Amino acid sequence: MLDGEPRVITTGAAVLAEALDDQAVPRLGVDWRPPLPGTSAALAKVLADPRRERANEVAVGRLLSARPALVGVRPAREVLDLPPRTFFHAGPPIDWERASGPMRGALIGAALFEGLAGDAEEAERLLLSGSVRLDSCHHHRTVGPMAGVVSPSMWMFEVVDGEHGSTAYCSLNEGLGKVLRYGAYGPEVVERLRWMGDVLGPVLAGALAVSGPIDLRSLIAQALQMGDELHNRNRAATSLLVREIAPAIVDASPEHAASVLRFINGNDHFFLNAGMAAGKVSADAARDVPGSSLVVAMARNGTDFGVQVSGLGDRWFTGPAGVPDGLYLGAYGPDDANPDIGDSTITETSGLGGFAMAAAPAIVRFVGGDVSDAIAATRSMYEITLAEHPAYQIPGLGFRGTPTGIDVALVARTGQLPIVNTGIAGRVAGTGQVGAGLVSPPAEAFTSALAALADT
Amino acid sequence: MEVRAGLYHDSVSLMRISQALGGRPGVTVAVVAMATELNLGLARDVHFEIPPAGPTDLLIAIRAESGAALQDAAEELDRQFAALARGGGRGGPAAESAPRTTRSAARAFDATVALVSVPGEYAFAEAMDAIDAGLSVMIFSDNVPVEQEVLLKDRAKERGVLVMGPDCGTAVVGGAGLGFANVLRPGPVGVVAASGTGAQHVTCLLDHAGVGVSHVLGVGGRDLSSAVGGRSTLVALAALDADPATELIVLVSKPPAPEVAEIVDRAVEGLSTPVVTALLGPGRDHLTSAAERAVSALGVPVPQWPCWTVPQPVGSELSGLYSGGTLCAEARIIAGTGTFTDFGDDEYTQGRAHPMIDPSMRLEALARASGVVLLDVVLGHGAEPDPSFRLAPAVRAARDRGTAVVVALVGTDSDPQGLLRQAEALVVAGASVFTSNAAAAGHAASLIGSGAL
Repeated sequence: MLDGEPRVITTGAAVLAEALDDQAVPRLGVDWRPPLPGTSAALAKVLADPRRERANEVAVGRLLSARPALVGVRPAREVLDLPPRTFFHAGPPIDWERASGPMRGALIGAALFEGLAGDAEEAERLLLSGSVRLDSCHHHRTVGPMAGVVSPSMWMFEVVDGEHGSTAYCSLNEGLGKVLRYGAYGPEVVERLRWMGDVLGPVLAGALAVSGPIDLRSLIAQALQMGDELHNRNRAATSLLVREIAPAIVDASPEHAASVLRFINGNDHFFLNAGMAAGKVSADAARDVPGSSLVVAMARNGTDFGVQVSGLGDRWFTGPAGVPDGLYLGAYGPDDANPDIGDSTITETSGLGGFAMAAAPAIVRFVGGDVSDAIAATRSMYEITLAEHPAYQIPGLGFRGTPTGIDVALVARTGQLPIVNTGIAGRVAGTGQVGAGLVSPPAEAFTSALAALADT
Repeated sequence: MEVRAGLYHDSVSLMRISQALGGRPGVTVAVVAMATELNLGLARDVHFEIPPAGPTDLLIAIRAESGAALQDAAEELDRQFAALARGGGRGGPAAESAPRTTRSAARAFDATVALVSVPGEYAFAEAMDAIDAGLSVMIFSDNVPVEQEVLLKDRAKERGVLVMGPDCGTAVVGGAGLGFANVLRPGPVGVVAASGTGAQHVTCLLDHAGVGVSHVLGVGGRDLSSAVGGRSTLVALAALDADPATELIVLVSKPPAPEVAEIVDRAVEGLSTPVVTALLGPGRDHLTSAAERAVSALGVPVPQWPCWTVPQPVGSELSGLYSGGTLCAEARIIAGTGTFTDFGDDEYTQGRAHPMIDPSMRLEALARASGVVLLDVVLGHGAEPDPSFRLAPAVRAARDRGTAVVVALVGTDSDPQGLLRQAEALVVAGASVFTSNAAAAGHAASLIGSGAL
């Protein structure tokens, strides 16, 4: 306790820190600032919880030790609790009334795709009538990018955690532009979904049967070292996936191999959905540890931004979804943007995306234009996370593990909100993607979770 | 409308350029993008006629209200491309930024102790971080709820670390002075103190006697209350007992709650290192007698405590203007009369610094005082860099209007302010200066002409 040369951490008054400097005592100063307003009582209670330290250790340990592998591609109706006339969607639960343009557009598209309506007007009436049941993907071991609408006939990536044995699902990525997940529902959208159900899904399923499971943990680790952050940049990961699976696609379905490979190659984000299922299965492993303040889901439905916390079961804590600050496609601008939407924040939840910006210098302009900004973004996330990922490493930071495992208590203490990279959907149903950028979650989602944790 | 064949930029850079151009006056639409099917479609949607182009070509489509605006946009485009080619930006990895929590600092820095001085409402989180990281922590902050103090001390015991404080003004750990700390010679005495200025006073007197310290461990003013039960005192005693450099332990405190006194007595009996227990209060020890007992216990002769007196007028009333709480209480007991104010008390420190850092309030009181004024000056790291600079003129002014001034000067000559330099300045200004607070209080009382004598 009293041995050794003193080395001091100073938190607070500068005059006391300077007094140590005058004595030439080695020290590190903390850039302390007051916590988010109104959180100090809840913070004191949560930090005093004798379960907290161990609970967080257990929860984040499970998140870090998950070994996600892509094992199959299967129709949603076969693997999910998804009877006819039921759709899942991204983010916390929402009904048609409160749904934003792109969410409505995607639901309309899914109704058309499932043959529940002959045209958009009929689909809208159907959805307004409430005869299609809606539920959050996250309630069903599933995640979906952007609107994240999953209907029974869609095909899903099936990812298994080899460490803890659980399974998670995510739909197949449709590509960019006018696509269902961005709220587009035109004939080309539905037609592409049909091709994905008739050809892409079955071909990938056959290929995975030939290739065997694909280790996503190691694939993600490699992609990070090749300049992806696995949310807004998936170019390396998609390339690696193609390398892994292309021979098996040719073996399994020579007649469709060219069209399937061409489709995957034409979409840098093809891997995103597999990566999201990997994030989901890893974060789910950390759920339900009593006393843990670890965030196990961040998700947006285009209206609300919600979080779930390990020690608080399946409860959602929400705030209004913000409009991303980003760069726009073509002639689109901020006025065309919908508030933040999608389950793809599961990447940030599991230590990737905005948290791994320093790994992705190719897209640093999303964070203000500069490699140093990307490094600062990642560094700032170490302040609100419980651990550094042992496999997901950033070469430019000396192979330091990515900041992983958001702690609501640390968010409240530092006022540092998670940095989220995201695509931007058009505000009007049917528009599609208008841009990509960064978004800041609402602080109240984290502070209300903290308050609830203080009451457990 | 223009197509530049074979020119590639990443889509993000191009979106930025589109945005910059679109925001210029007179420009209605600007699309600068690689000519992929998607982007060609987007350009057609806003009614551009697209010449043949493929995904490896750069598409530039700008519509403006006038030829001049279009020309201006074209020039801006060239500037943007030139900036891209230069690589732009400040470049280089971002400098490591300071940690935002004690937790994060403990991960980045191989520390032995943390010093927490944030407002009391927030101190718990930072102190808990230190304990969780296996570090002893000194909590300088006051106004920390007692339940939090107990929790911190229980968690610290589990982790085998020490909590000094809350409201701990001074500590010396391994030679490093934390908080308000005097520069003391190293030596055999380990001090456990529930009072900051009390510990400073005892250790400075030891220093005058040529006796040095191993460690000075503050435990916080409430540690020996029945609510806290001496949790840190027990840990500190055990730590000093285990410390090979400590030959004598001095425990300085107000009398503890009876049940706590029993626990502490039992712990003291179990130590292999001799302990001098000095309990402060009427009819008990004062800080000077505590120092004298410690010096004697080491077999060192008790010296004359240095003092420098000048003739003072006699007054009819005594005002004690103190910055140290324990020093103030002790002086009140010894003088047995007068009005005493502790400017370090919470009611005077709301929204301002401690009087050992900012003496303004006390100087104002001195300017109004008459009769005999007794005050303390505490030196050391963290305290005012040169207290006599403002105090000496105030002393001279007081003397000029017939007020007596007696100073208890707590410090060593190795302190940054220099004990002798401060004493000289104050004496020249007309103050009588004592290094023993008890002696100063006794002298001040003797100057009250009527009554006491």
